[in-house]
Amino acid sequence: MSIDKDTVKHISKLARISLDEKKIDNLSKDLSSIMKFIEKLNKLSTDKTNPLTSIINASLKSRKDEVRDGKIRSQILKNSPEKNEEFFVVPKVIE
Amino acid sequence: MKNSLLYQRLLNNMSNISELFLTKIVNGIKKRDFTSEEVTKTFINNSQNSKKLNVYISECFDDALKSAKSFDKKKDYNGLLSGVPIAVKDLFCTKNVKTTAGSKILHNFIPTYESTVTSNLWSKGAFLLGKLNCDEFAMGSSNETSFFGNVVNPYGKQLVPGGSSGGSASALAAELTPATIGTDTGGSIRQPASFTGTVGLKPTYGRCSRWGIVAFASSLDQAGPMTKNVEDCALLLQAMSGYDPKDSTSVDVKVDNYTSKLTENVKGLKIGIPKEYIVDNMPAEIDNLWKQGIDYLKDAGAIIKNISLPHTMYALPAYYIVAPAEASSNLARYDGVKYGHRAKGKNLIEMYENTRSEGFGDEVKRRILIGTYVLSSGYYDAYYLKAQKVRQLIKNDFDKVFSDVDAILTPSTPSSAFKIGDKTDDPVSMYLNDIFTVPVNLSGLPAISVPAGYDENNLPLGLQIIGKAFDEQTILNLSLAIEKRANFKKNFKVWWS
Repeated sequence: MSIDKDTVKHISKLARISLDEKKIDNLSKDLSSIMKFIEKLNKLSTDKTNPLTSIINASLKSRKDEVRDGKIRSQILKNSPEKNEEFFVVPKVIE
Repeated sequence: MKNSLLYQRLLNNMSNISELFLTKIVNGIKKRDFTSEEVTKTFINNSQNSKKLNVYISECFDDALKSAKSFDKKKDYNGLLSGVPIAVKDLFCTKNVKTTAGSKILHNFIPTYESTVTSNLWSKGAFLLGKLNCDEFAMGSSNETSFFGNVVNPYGKQLVPGGSSGGSASALAAELTPATIGTDTGGSIRQPASFTGTVGLKPTYGRCSRWGIVAFASSLDQAGPMTKNVEDCALLLQAMSGYDPKDSTSVDVKVDNYTSKLTENVKGLKIGIPKEYIVDNMPAEIDNLWKQGIDYLKDAGAIIKNISLPHTMYALPAYYIVAPAEASSNLARYDGVKYGHRAKGKNLIEMYENTRSEGFGDEVKRRILIGTYVLSSGYYDAYYLKAQKVRQLIKNDFDKVFSDVDAILTPSTPSSAFKIGDKTDDPVSMYLNDIFTVPVNLSGLPAISVPAGYDENNLPLGLQIIGKAFDEQTILNLSLAIEKRANFKKNFKVWWS
């Protein structure tokens, strides 16, 4: 399936990436060639196959439901581009 | 030991330390042939003269030297990696040291924690020398997608080192670090190892913890050792592996003492040769190398068997659904709020969109968009579910042949290192580089690339050995058998310093 410019615009909106017209043009071309490559899979019948759910035959370990860390607010905020006291700051959401 | 030839040679020329293998350096420090400080200074000196290769994103030379000096004072020689400086791929989070994943969006990110795998190295006596360049978020096969510029292969100014662990591979081959670690999602350790004449191993999925590694595709990512020979690879794998309660997909299977069990005696092992790995337009020299590898293993007493992995041709297309789908989800966290780059925007949504547009490079955008597309409403069954079914078929292929053989021998890559800029205009031609490496990631199996020869342009070529899940020992042993017979030696002169 080819990915036209409107589809690129739609998925870039879903992915929250702004794109200019030139980028949209290039991406439409690139993504179409990638999708063409991916669609080789259509030649293969998979009706009788179950999708893979885990690659290693090991059951996941469960752990005790207990607090193991915490009190690391300053660490969590440390790399924030903008913060105010104990909060992340973002552009105003509510008018 | 003071009378040893080694010591004499070192007196003559200290820089020869950097030519030593990791194991030799560890032993040399233990035997007091040289100090950790001498070793560290040598690698720092080499690294400082390597700007043309562009391997370092962050240099930690001052801290490394401090660690070396304090090691020499403490004299604790009990660790597997006592006193050794190691530079690592900039995908591993390192406490208080900038970790970028080769991306603008993380150009200013300083983790407050340490990845489990790097912690494992430090707890065994090693310390950090620096952070090495890589493709942005490990998405690439040539190290040309990094925000910090492309890495150059020591085998030639015009050549890529492979990717995504290209900085690691070049730094290792150029003797800027005694050993290094990378990550491998579709071939990112094995392909650059092959392009630089070094050894690279992708462990079984779950063998090493993924905790603290910048995530690309979580069901495929795995960290692994990159070294100058097989013995070092065994040592480093042992040092970094192990179950980690912080990664629920890491597996609680005993880590072997790979070094003490390492043997080139592979007599009677059955080696599968898959006919599907003969691909169109494969250079004759790759085919010859493969035949040579078969002869080496026959000579070592292994039994060669022709096998079939019928779904091999579907591995790459399935990978380019699964990996971008997982990436689009993993990379949703980069929103300009919690860490990393932030762009301006009139409102919250615009800030997100501008941040991600400015922060991600072209290849990462392509993969996020492909991933978003294949997961979007109405397409999930046609693409993602289909790919997971194909993945099951590929895994079944391996399960079936492994009931009959102990390991599989293939070429590592369909070509030697290519020229910088050669494949950047055509994403699909770039993806085809990973044709021999991707099936292994889709199936969670361990595989190693070992240098085995040169092509007509004197560029290194590697052979890949694929093993059963958690049987890293067998592929290490087979690699050793090949290494002893191929007698591969680096054949470039230092042109960059």
